[in-house]
Amino acid sequence: METDDREGNRMWEEDSSHKHLLDVSSWINCIVASKTTKDTMFARGIKRKCFDGEEDIEGTLAGFKSVPSYNLQRQSLLDMSLVKLQLCHMLVEPNLCRSVLIANTVRQIQEEMTQDGTWQVINAQNTGQASLDRLVSSDILCRSTKEQNEGKLVPSYSGFSKDFENTPSQDIISDLSTVTSVQAPRNPQSNNVWEMENSQENRGNFQKSLDQIFETLENKNPNSVEDLFSDVDNSYYDLDTVLTGMMNNTKMGHCDVLESFSSQTTTNSNSNCKSDINELDHIVEILVES
Amino acid sequence: MPEGDTGWKRAFEADIISTVEFNYSGDLLATGDKGGRVVIFQKEQENKSRLHSRGEYNVYSTFQSHEPEFDYLKSLEIEEKINKIRWLPQQNAAHFLLSTNDKTIKLWKISERDKRAEGYNLKDEDGRLRDPFRITALRVPILKPMDLMVEASPRRIFANAHTYHINSISVNSDHETYLSADDLRINLWHLEITDRSFNIVDIKPVNMEELTEVITAAEFHPHQCNVFVYSSSKGTIRLCDMRSSALCDRHSKFFEEPEDPSSRSFFSEIISSISDVKFSHSGRYMMTRDYLSVKVWDLNMETRPVETYQVHEYLRSKLCSLYENDCIFDKFECCWSGSDSALMTGSYNNFFRMFDRSMRRDVTLEASRESSKPRAILKPRKVCTGGKRKKDEISVDSLDFNKKILHTAWHPLDNIIAVAATNNLYIFQDKAN
Repeated sequence: METDDREGNRMWEEDSSHKHLLDVSSWINCIVASKTTKDTMFARGIKRKCFDGEEDIEGTLAGFKSVPSYNLQRQSLLDMSLVKLQLCHMLVEPNLCRSVLIANTVRQIQEEMTQDGTWQVINAQNTGQASLDRLVSSDILCRSTKEQNEGKLVPSYSGFSKDFENTPSQDIISDLSTVTSVQAPRNPQSNNVWEMENSQENRGNFQKSLDQIFETLENKNPNSVEDLFSDVDNSYYDLDTVLTGMMNNTKMGHCDVLESFSSQTTTNSNSNCKSDINELDHIVEILVES
Repeated sequence: MPEGDTGWKRAFEADIISTVEFNYSGDLLATGDKGGRVVIFQKEQENKSRLHSRGEYNVYSTFQSHEPEFDYLKSLEIEEKINKIRWLPQQNAAHFLLSTNDKTIKLWKISERDKRAEGYNLKDEDGRLRDPFRITALRVPILKPMDLMVEASPRRIFANAHTYHINSISVNSDHETYLSADDLRINLWHLEITDRSFNIVDIKPVNMEELTEVITAAEFHPHQCNVFVYSSSKGTIRLCDMRSSALCDRHSKFFEEPEDPSSRSFFSEIISSISDVKFSHSGRYMMTRDYLSVKVWDLNMETRPVETYQVHEYLRSKLCSLYENDCIFDKFECCWSGSDSALMTGSYNNFFRMFDRSMRRDVTLEASRESSKPRAILKPRKVCTGGKRKKDEISVDSLDFNKKILHTAWHPLDNIIAVAATNNLYIFQDKAN
């Protein structure tokens, strides 16, 4: 048996059972328990939508640097999280751990935005930003707060338009919203991140649902995440019931939602277990009870 | 291959493997899959006369443990995917294991039959009853050998005790009881009793809107039958003593590492969520797996772990992408070697990592078709984190995040490991064996 000559490890000489433990040349294959597999159906690597937005932003706005702002990225993360909470697996009960972690993330963002003072303002012009297409690079969010404090944050807006120079940072969002409405007619074709692209066409179900969520959030106090769920009748709408109840495929009118849930029997359920895109509308209606 | 070697047998393809577990002797290896099937492999007796023979694992038994069900009240499917398998210690010729899906735990008996009786008085060889008036003489049936048949039969079904999804089961050292844990509750069962279980932990808030933390894993202490631990999605572990009260909502010990404020991000909580907790064989330590690291805790010290190993720190800068594609929620398991000197856990790109605790060394290996040729020696892999990529390194951006190794198992006595890569099972052995 070959001997190791790692330095200073006399204790290993005595115990030969794991002397070779991490000598990788000693690990060999005993059996492969498989036939040909289908696992090549997934393409190698992942498509990272997070970073796709960066290309869109680069060079399109005068004065903007190519890295999206912290606020923008944070907003993007919030949008993504809310969409994730909605889009649960349709047939099977959603994973409670995942939902709780995402909800906690939403709360965190919300708290921070409330402290920043950006929370209320965001909702005023959120409709243009809520599109999935504009998920931007959020790698800033992956950096530690320490790195952020070292000044890698928000690029200067001062070059954007002289009317908005010297704008303090917390007003930037509101200023940009004004800019949006001014800019849009002038440059409708530009790939402007603030612009509402083809506003009517993009307002599919996702858009509408997110808008409704944001309306709810806007109208309530902080801690609106709880309100997301508190609008509904508690006796039937624990978190788990909401998350699982939304999987119910019964299509019903807007006003009948609560009534029919209280008298729900199995016969109410659709026989087919698949749901279509209108499911999302239905889910949001339950949540916002508007 | 040396002459005379009959070749390595291949076990058949299973669906996506969802759990892997050696039994107490290591002779049997059970896998559960997404289709609700359990496949048990048995180590062949080593044949000393064959030069390069070593124990192969061949299929021993296959059975359908769980079927898909439908919850009519909620209009939801209950997946048949096997979440966990745990063996019972062997007490007679038969083997027993517990297998569970999201809602129901089953106790299976796996027994061998290699003889059958011939020469019955009351029935023919083909089973038809004989006319009693035709029987003129009595004979004693004779046992004759037959081909080995392995039968699996469900002996107990423990159902309807969990509202949420079961993530863990753990057999107690008393060999009479076991616990099952779901997202919010832990129940204690007696193996003989199926219509009752005791709830020993309940973290469900009165108002579900206040829910911010769930149970992610639970395990009994290997020697102290009154002690168990459970981990949470907030990165904490609670150790409970069942002697202190019937409902163990109040922990005896609370393990949590203080957060480093300089590394805080929106993803801090998610990556601190513990996906697996395992006691060491000695019972002195426990190991936890969170998204980026493996930590070893001394049960006598609650303030911080005694050892921390980075599994794939290069993913820290990619957390947002991993959040977007949901990979950040992947639940990796971890395991101890038989002597507790090494740890193993999985990663992406079919990589898995082994850590030698005493020598503070670690290695990355790959479970793949290239390394799957029999007796091929595994080459250590390295992920390039930036800068120039060396020849055999792979860059972070080239990693395949669909190829994840979530389930690994280490033989309790020998250096044999089982690694589940999606729907393939790889068994590796230290050639020094």
